[in-house]
Amino acid sequence: MLTEDQIERYSRQILLPEVGGKGQEKLLNGRVLIIGAGGLGAPVALYLAAAGVGTIGIADPDAVDTSNLQRQVIHFSSDVGRAKVTSAQEKMGAINPGVKVNIYPEWINAANIAAAISDYDFVIDGTDNFAAKFIINDACVLCEKPYSHAGILRFEGQTITIKPGESACYRCVFPVPPPADAIPTCAQAGVIGVLPGLLGMIQATEAIKFLLGKGDLLTGRLLSYNALTMKFREIPINRNPDCPVCGVKPTIKEIREELGATAYCGLEKPNNVGDT
Amino acid sequence: MKIIVNGEKTTLADNGLRTISGLLDELKVADALYVTVELNGKILKREDFDSSTVADGDCIEFLYFMGGGQE
Repeated sequence: MLTEDQIERYSRQILLPEVGGKGQEKLLNGRVLIIGAGGLGAPVALYLAAAGVGTIGIADPDAVDTSNLQRQVIHFSSDVGRAKVTSAQEKMGAINPGVKVNIYPEWINAANIAAAISDYDFVIDGTDNFAAKFIINDACVLCEKPYSHAGILRFEGQTITIKPGESACYRCVFPVPPPADAIPTCAQAGVIGVLPGLLGMIQATEAIKFLLGKGDLLTGRLLSYNALTMKFREIPINRNPDCPVCGVKPTIKEIREELGATAYCGLEKPNNVGDT
Repeated sequence: MKIIVNGEKTTLADNGLRTISGLLDELKVADALYVTVELNGKILKREDFDSSTVADGDCIEFLYFMGGGQE
């Protein structure tokens, strides 16, 4: 049962037939893990907290840096030097004291990701490096955990939602990670600050729709966005029978790190997951 | 030959047979070593780039890695 305060707080979305009191209860009972408290994770965390997603996990080992502030809007100038997860938890609590925020100030890696995601209904990949993105994909596929992938660079982004066993996964598109340093990172190539905001909002929307069980998820199609041309494109992505993790004869049966994929935006931090 | 590349109608110089590898060269696709190629809705294996050919009316998507930002 919703309290009077909750009915007032969430009234604008309770009004929606797709949400209603029952949907709001689903959100309040919902559990979402956000991996990366950076450009993508920041808007996701703010909006999921505001929407009343009852339990939100947020994982990031980093401290806030001045160069984050251009896009990681959950962190303020006064947070520079503080742990990102603490900074994020504080803002989420200020927006909505009615949600529980679990923080994971350690690296999410092959050894601990299965345990971390098992406590949640839906996972958000808000990381910035391929080692992390492939570990998240493999873990979510192997543990059958639905999740939202997003990647950004310069003025462009792409996102897809993955329902393991039902829709194409990240490896269906990209079977193996690129060699370290093969693909420019945002630290090297830059990123316009609004870009992760937009992509993060799509990820948050997917999490909310998943918890509500309403609408059509962004599965089986990669949404590609170009901020300069202001064009959205949708590319149909079928499940790939040759996919090494969810194909007909999978070769990946456990979560593991892949050598050569551990470059962390130009820095060597093997086995680690950062943020976008 | 007319094909659709990343949603855009593209006219190739002639109707000669070309492979995916040839097309990557011809169109000067960036990061060709790492690009994923989807031909008419099917993700191609990299080892098939030299044997898969492009026909008039084909729909091709070049899909690129996008890692994300940084701290």
